[in-house]
Amino acid sequence: MFDDEAIERVNEARAAWEAQELGDFLKRQPESRDRYATRSGLPLQRLYTPDDVADTPFERIGFPGQYPFTRGPYPTMYRGRNWTMRQIAGFGTGEDTNGRFRYLIEQGQTGLSCDFDMPTLMGFDSDDPRSLGEVGREGVAIDTVEDMERLFDAIDLENISVSMTINPTAWIVLAMYVAVAESRGYDLDKLSGTVQADILKEYVAQKEWIYPIRPSMRLCRDMMVFCAERMARYNPINISGYHISEAGATSVQEVAFTIANGIAYVEEVTGAGVPVDRFAPRVAFYFVSQADFFEEVAKFRAARRLWATIMKERFGATRPESMRLRFHCQTAAATLTKAQPMINVVRTAYQALAAVLGGCQSLHTNGLDEAYAIPSEEAMKLSLRTQQILADETGVTKVVDPLGGSYYVETLTNQFEAAVREILAKVDEMGGTIKAIEAGYFQQLIADSAYEEARRRARGEQVVIGVNKYVEPAAPGAVEINKVDPDVERRQVERVREVRRRRDQPRVDALLARLVEEARDPARNLMPATIELVKARATMGEITARLREVWGNYVERPMF
Amino acid sequence: MSTPLRVLVAKVGLDGHDRGVKVVARALRDGGMDVIYTGLHRTPDEVVAAVLQEDVDVLGISLLSGAHMTLVPRILELLRAARAEDIPVVVGGVIPDEDVDALRGLGVADVVLQDTPPDEVVRRVRAAAGAR
Repeated sequence: MFDDEAIERVNEARAAWEAQELGDFLKRQPESRDRYATRSGLPLQRLYTPDDVADTPFERIGFPGQYPFTRGPYPTMYRGRNWTMRQIAGFGTGEDTNGRFRYLIEQGQTGLSCDFDMPTLMGFDSDDPRSLGEVGREGVAIDTVEDMERLFDAIDLENISVSMTINPTAWIVLAMYVAVAESRGYDLDKLSGTVQADILKEYVAQKEWIYPIRPSMRLCRDMMVFCAERMARYNPINISGYHISEAGATSVQEVAFTIANGIAYVEEVTGAGVPVDRFAPRVAFYFVSQADFFEEVAKFRAARRLWATIMKERFGATRPESMRLRFHCQTAAATLTKAQPMINVVRTAYQALAAVLGGCQSLHTNGLDEAYAIPSEEAMKLSLRTQQILADETGVTKVVDPLGGSYYVETLTNQFEAAVREILAKVDEMGGTIKAIEAGYFQQLIADSAYEEARRRARGEQVVIGVNKYVEPAAPGAVEINKVDPDVERRQVERVREVRRRRDQPRVDALLARLVEEARDPARNLMPATIELVKARATMGEITARLREVWGNYVERPMF
Repeated sequence: MSTPLRVLVAKVGLDGHDRGVKVVARALRDGGMDVIYTGLHRTPDEVVAAVLQEDVDVLGISLLSGAHMTLVPRILELLRAARAEDIPVVVGGVIPDEDVDALRGLGVADVVLQDTPPDEVVRRVRAAAGAR
């Protein structure tokens, strides 16, 4: 970015500064450490100058809304439209979560995000023995399309975007969403939102699965193809680094594994004969915003540049929208502590600032009670207010990519990108993402990073305020805990049984048989048959069970 | 030291949060114990069957789904039915304070919460085993 002469002058001045000011100062006061590094281990210098970015052509940084999108996916960023404030919610029955949705909308939230309970995520009905004790606990319980109707009761789905965090059973929930929309007469092309449907990171990190990898990839493909044809504004996949980070990965690993997964999905869909520019514009991402402020800002910028380059060079995408990485962001739950819970608000605020300076499209800020239970209404309101202060009071939204051009941030963005590329090259050497997952490559790296971090924390090298520094005696009852209604399970179990009694059983049986038939033909798209099934009141557990007969179960080799 | 302690660490219920259980398993192994990890999504019956088959000294249960007050009592009940109630049970995960007391009351030897340093986990598992 600078000519040789300018760099020469800078380096001469630097040499003089090092000899005089710096040298004298270090004699009087040495620095606190010998080596400095980011949380991912990228080495850091004391100071950055034009020399560090001299070899970075300006085109690599470029302009927002233009390839390679380092500075942001859109030309005006938050000047045109603020990020979507999207606090996740989900507990109890459809009515319970619907109440929380409406509360959040009243408080100024601009998008919805839904968490499902473990049985729904794993494809068990509420009355399955495996669901005992888990119904409505970590999210909302959904068994049939009727639960979905209650979940979105009186919410105008043509005018608010909805993100659904669900993976192995994502295609069934998407089918239910479509069924609800059609029953209300909505135009599917007007629905905006996202279904996570990122099964690869499940095998790597979050560990929710039903079927083996290959049929699960086919379901992802079916959703992407269906949405490309029928739902113009809907994101049929949200390729997620968040859970990879929460499971213990470094930020470099988070981005590397996420992009490796992204490559596998693009290969899956193009392999089915769909041109890349047909579906790639609707591929969305989801990253964490971790504790190391500048590393996170560099991470988001590097991720956009990496994806743009890969889509263009590796997959031959030609539409800018296919190369433009858009992402949802969530602050890092794993950084929050049970000790001194109020300080979690401060942690979350800094992480949210990094997400915004990194150019996120939507944001969830965690509740201060995250380390206790699912968040209370009060905790969620405070998190939402944190975002509102960022948007309306701090002024950080006034300029696009305000840290762009910083010698430090640009250098760190370059370093981050190079470190990710190293891992991606290794994955290619292993024969691609699915092979690497089957070999346990990502899983082992994550377990190693998690263990190293636990050790660094125990030694006090990684400071966690309230846990290994400035520790106070525990204060019981420090936060209000959201209580799950103990009657939810019983009511939900009765409800699903009642639906089974009154539906047209022969029709459900016939449709299940058709689903099994279509599943046996890998070329068929299973979305239409699934939509028919949910409309006929088939339960989620019935659908997943029938396909288990065809595809079997995924079994992980336990390792630590 | 005599023969190393044998510990079974188990993930019960449907949640897939295995970061903590893996750190604990590795810390216990580095602390000199024989560690067997069940893997994810085990049922109480599967866990108790593994306890008996592997002839372990301690059972560690990890869960972060909030279902601990349903699943842990079930495991204790199955251990009693198998006359293996003398095997100490240590529970780990996101457990509200009031449930910590309730679990202890039911006969759980110790409850190890998040942010417990690895060496302390080792110490407490050893203490639980010593108390049998």
